[in-house]
Amino acid sequence: MTDEKDLELLRILEENSRLSTEEIATMTSLAAAEVARRIGALEAAQVIKRYSTVVNWEKAGNGEVSAIIELKVSPERDFGYDRIAERLSRFRQVRSLRLITGTYDLQLIVSGKNMQEVSRFVSEHVAPMDRIRETATHIIMKSYKENGNAFFEQPETERLPYCP
Amino acid sequence: MRNFVSQRAQEIPPSGIRKFFDLVLTMDDVVSLGVGEPDFNTPWNICESGIYSIEQGGTSYTSNRGLQALRDTLSRYLAQHYGVNYDNNSEMIITTGVSEALDIAVRAITDPGDEVIVAQPGYVSYGPCITLAGGTPVPLRCTEKDHFKINPDTLAEQITPKTKALVMNFPNNPTGGVMTKSDLKAVADIIIDHDLLLISDEVYAELTYEGSHCVAATVSDLWERTITLNGFSKAYAMTGWRIGYLCAPEELCDAALKIHQYVMLCAPVMGQVGALEALRSAEEDKNNMVNEYRLRRNLFVAGLNRIGLPCHVPEGAFYAFPSVEKTGLSDTEFAERLLKEQKVAVVPGSVFGPGGEGHLRCAYAVSRKELGEALERMDRFLQSL
Repeated sequence: MTDEKDLELLRILEENSRLSTEEIATMTSLAAAEVARRIGALEAAQVIKRYSTVVNWEKAGNGEVSAIIELKVSPERDFGYDRIAERLSRFRQVRSLRLITGTYDLQLIVSGKNMQEVSRFVSEHVAPMDRIRETATHIIMKSYKENGNAFFEQPETERLPYCP
Repeated sequence: MRNFVSQRAQEIPPSGIRKFFDLVLTMDDVVSLGVGEPDFNTPWNICESGIYSIEQGGTSYTSNRGLQALRDTLSRYLAQHYGVNYDNNSEMIITTGVSEALDIAVRAITDPGDEVIVAQPGYVSYGPCITLAGGTPVPLRCTEKDHFKINPDTLAEQITPKTKALVMNFPNNPTGGVMTKSDLKAVADIIIDHDLLLISDEVYAELTYEGSHCVAATVSDLWERTITLNGFSKAYAMTGWRIGYLCAPEELCDAALKIHQYVMLCAPVMGQVGALEALRSAEEDKNNMVNEYRLRRNLFVAGLNRIGLPCHVPEGAFYAFPSVEKTGLSDTEFAERLLKEQKVAVVPGSVFGPGGEGHLRCAYAVSRKELGEALERMDRFLQSL
């Protein structure tokens, strides 16, 4: 089980996973050895899945296209949505996959080199799967925020250099 | 032509940071630890509520005391969070920042010839406000040895038959010092014994990193003789919105209200709407900011000690107050040379009154990256001495 200190480490790492153990130790007033031990335990328990980077791909200009795909799915007896969700999540093209409330059941974020690749993936691999009754594909035109990170430039506000 | 400037205005000392201000304006690439305000933008839900209220035509005066909804919510908030009870109608005024609250509080209680003790190092406005009200500010030195708390014995020594009140600010600007409940008890005994009044500026209350803040008015029987000042600037990153408040027993509050209605009429309405939204739904934003300040404090204070500027751990506000005595430079010399040679702006401690000399006020309300850069430059400066 995680405690308050673990949660604090997770918050710090989620914001910047490149901080060194020593820096985190200084910031949290924990011993470096304890920080290392706790992070190790969180990794082993898969609470920390991996360390990655939030990339603004539009700015990087790799030309990839992403789409939000919504699916209506007939759940299976004993398994509900889990088995079909697991099958879908094996596709490299599926970046995120969630079970949601509302008109649709599953929501996927799919990415590919271009629009054709994304639509071929949906029509050839996703839509024909058993138990998928309906699909709705929304091409992402522009990302403004990902995982808490805004992608638009905020103007520098004017601050006084000194104020008592 | 006569000199039209009043004697009182002439008596007020000029700002101690003016020359630094002028200097910094001529420079590029300065890392400034000189700013006593949060580096965060106001949480967006607060901004949005202010914008919406303007769109809805909320652009008029409010009652002198401030919006009823804000006072209702604030009164409940203070009771729930700090266990202090102030009536939303008779014991509370919403002011244009804590600056105004301080001014009207001092003017409400000061007669010519009154002495008002000011705990120092302290914010620069207390002395001038007392002087302008016709009183005499009497400095009370808080030392590093006492972790910049008020020493009860030193306080007792400063009291004369003319003493009317004590002004204090904890968590403290510029030292980051705090007063715990037991610290406050010792001070309360003296205040009550000598029949004094307390003006307690608690604008950094929410920025308390070890344990929780104790409101002075909740200690012993201080409530009936305390004017509590607080505001939204520091906790919610709302400095430019200019919303503070004054809480006091009815008689004192009424006196302050008379001054407020003649000099200010009311605090800006859009600011009051924003403050209400802050209380209603910015708790998590506030907690996130406070948590970030705590992490920065730990990084920065450890860094200062590492490069050879001894610094006690400040338990509140967002200031580190390292000593430069070992360098042989005065705080002003140090700050001036650091700015000129390494382009780091800090405020010399002597600006904040007796007890501040030999120290620097470094505001760590800047990004961790800037703090790291500032530490590197300060290290280079120390190496060059």
